[in-house]
Amino acid sequence: MSVGDYIRDSQIWKSVFRHPAPYDRRNRVVVMLTNFFLHLHPVSIKQQGIALSYTWCMGGITFFLFLVETITGVLLMFYYRPTLEWAFNDILALRDVTTLGIMREIHRWGAHAMVITVWLHMYRVFLTGSYKPPREFNWVVGVILLKLTLLLSFTGYLLPWDQLAIWAITVGSNMARATPVLGHEGPGFQFLNLGGYDLITNASDARFLLLGSRFVGEETLNRFYILHCVAIPLAVSGLIAIHFWRVRKDGGISQPL
Amino acid sequence: MNSLPLITSWLSLGSLEPHPNVTPSVIFGLSWLYFILFLMNVAWTWRSFKKGHHIDMPAFAGGGHIPTAAVWAVYSTVLMLVSVIHFSCSSSPESFWLIMPDFAKTAVDAVVADARYFFAATSIGFVLMLLFREWLARPNVGWALLNLSLLFLTISMTDWDFRQIVGKPDNVPIVAMLFIVGFFTWVFFYRANENDRRAAQGLPPVESVNNEKVLTWPDLVYTEMICMIAATALLVLWGIALQAPLEEPASAVKTPNPSKAPWYFLGLQEMLVYYDPWLAGVVFPSVILGGMMAIPYIDFNKLGNGYYTFNERKFAITTFMFGFLPLWVGMIILGTFLRGPNWNVFGIYEFWDVHKLEALNNVNLSEYFWYGLGKPLPMAPAGSDFWKQAPYILLREAPGFLAIGFYLAALPGLMAGTIFKKFFIRMGFVRYMVFSNLVLMMAALPLKMVLRWAVNLKYFIAIPEWFFNV
Repeated sequence: MSVGDYIRDSQIWKSVFRHPAPYDRRNRVVVMLTNFFLHLHPVSIKQQGIALSYTWCMGGITFFLFLVETITGVLLMFYYRPTLEWAFNDILALRDVTTLGIMREIHRWGAHAMVITVWLHMYRVFLTGSYKPPREFNWVVGVILLKLTLLLSFTGYLLPWDQLAIWAITVGSNMARATPVLGHEGPGFQFLNLGGYDLITNASDARFLLLGSRFVGEETLNRFYILHCVAIPLAVSGLIAIHFWRVRKDGGISQPL
Repeated sequence: MNSLPLITSWLSLGSLEPHPNVTPSVIFGLSWLYFILFLMNVAWTWRSFKKGHHIDMPAFAGGGHIPTAAVWAVYSTVLMLVSVIHFSCSSSPESFWLIMPDFAKTAVDAVVADARYFFAATSIGFVLMLLFREWLARPNVGWALLNLSLLFLTISMTDWDFRQIVGKPDNVPIVAMLFIVGFFTWVFFYRANENDRRAAQGLPPVESVNNEKVLTWPDLVYTEMICMIAATALLVLWGIALQAPLEEPASAVKTPNPSKAPWYFLGLQEMLVYYDPWLAGVVFPSVILGGMMAIPYIDFNKLGNGYYTFNERKFAITTFMFGFLPLWVGMIILGTFLRGPNWNVFGIYEFWDVHKLEALNNVNLSEYFWYGLGKPLPMAPAGSDFWKQAPYILLREAPGFLAIGFYLAALPGLMAGTIFKKFFIRMGFVRYMVFSNLVLMMAALPLKMVLRWAVNLKYFIAIPEWFFNV
């Protein structure tokens, strides 16, 4: 008996994998049904639907990049402190001295790549008409996920706390000042006033809500850190689950009717 | 012989020129780029040889056929020689001759360093792409276009200013995105053309042929695993090759010029040139998102569900592609590579001069209207309160309100009776109004751009008193 057979015959191995390796047809079916990760997929699937030139694999790569961002992001969270005192220095140390500081590079390039792949996934889904009935609702979920991907990248952009970060966020969030009715430089903010006192000021408008402050400062750093590491990833995870579930329930990868 | 320039250049101390176009390390780097191009084309030559296609020579050249592979073989050889020249010539960068010539730089900059020509070029390119989609989707044509664009990128690297803007670590993914988007657009036309040809012969789309079910393990699971490994390898290599940018520590008092949003929002920032923040930064992004979500509910065309086609969905695909390619990606390119200090447009080979001046003399529609009538702008008496001012302001801006009202309320009706007649009948009133307003809002950006360039139009409705400028 070889070592491999000995391991595969042990009680521990059998408690994890409840059937032989997927070498024959029966076990290739069983593996899809019993493995938690694989059960996202159906057991069998249309040949043309999984052709690389049809799907471009962009949805799958986007999901994979989300996992990469989660793993590298968690590792970075062990090191990085979102305060004015430490944020920049921690990133500097990640760049120059920290072991596995390359996690930051992978995290940043992965984020850029994820923005591109999610666009391309949308492009492919549109070009194959895959948003058409019965998949209308899943397209809507996809659009929200695309928006959240951009917001994830946007909130993460601030965290290095360098000139690139603070000014990109300043430029981006200045728009919120001009929100109709809810921004202190937006049309119609005068409508919200009590006895001549404006309710919408630079300390109470939509931009203040976003930044937690009148300008991009420490409160913003904290707010964006929580949004980036907790709030948006949670929302994205939930929506991804719905997105995948609906792919299955709406008939799998789209194919000619 | 004075060996000082040689030594300084070898030590990468640079020549006396502060912004050298060509340095030894640039030439050395380019030799690798040409070498990669050479290897790519060797592979392509091999593919052509296997396929065995021929090119028919024109009659004046004696007729006859030349194997396509021979053409690619000659081209590959030239690339190899160019690469070798770079490897061996890096000792005296000042006299290196294989560079982007000045007249070509001037010509390219003349087109791109002006938002008008840039937008016109991308729009015309878009129309040409649709018209010549049959020809463009041929593999050899696609490969030739890829080579041309890569050669352009490579030889442009011999310009200092070009390297500054393209070589910025955060801009590298945008350059890559250009090629990736181009590639997948090509893939779309390649597959759509094939299905359209089949449809013309009464055959089902390729996606319906040989479409038996296969087991997910191994057919899909292995593909996914290979994609994951490739993506991981790419990210790690990318992370090793390029350091993530880190500038000086944040300072709320040192405003960089230009201040740019993250690159994927630069299309929105570009809109700020033409519309005020409440529209460009809040309303239009919301409309874009809402409009995208509305797509499945307003597209009543049942054809083209689950396969590539262009002919069966001409309007939908043209509209979406126009929004994605010239308006979204095109504006990101403009915002990233061409917008410099003071948000002026610069050529890709142009130095970012902070003192470059561009005259801005924009006129509101109300000013055109009232001054055109030979009257002053209606103005409330000094010191009057909000309710006294309001009628004057509304009267002053009445032309703008009428124009916008016509555009968003009357124009859909006119179109329903003419160009969108079929759409109106199939969609019904509510659906049609949503659809037509979305299309008109999408057209509002290019429309305002053209009006700005043609008649210096600033605002249709200008009420700075209420922050209400359209």
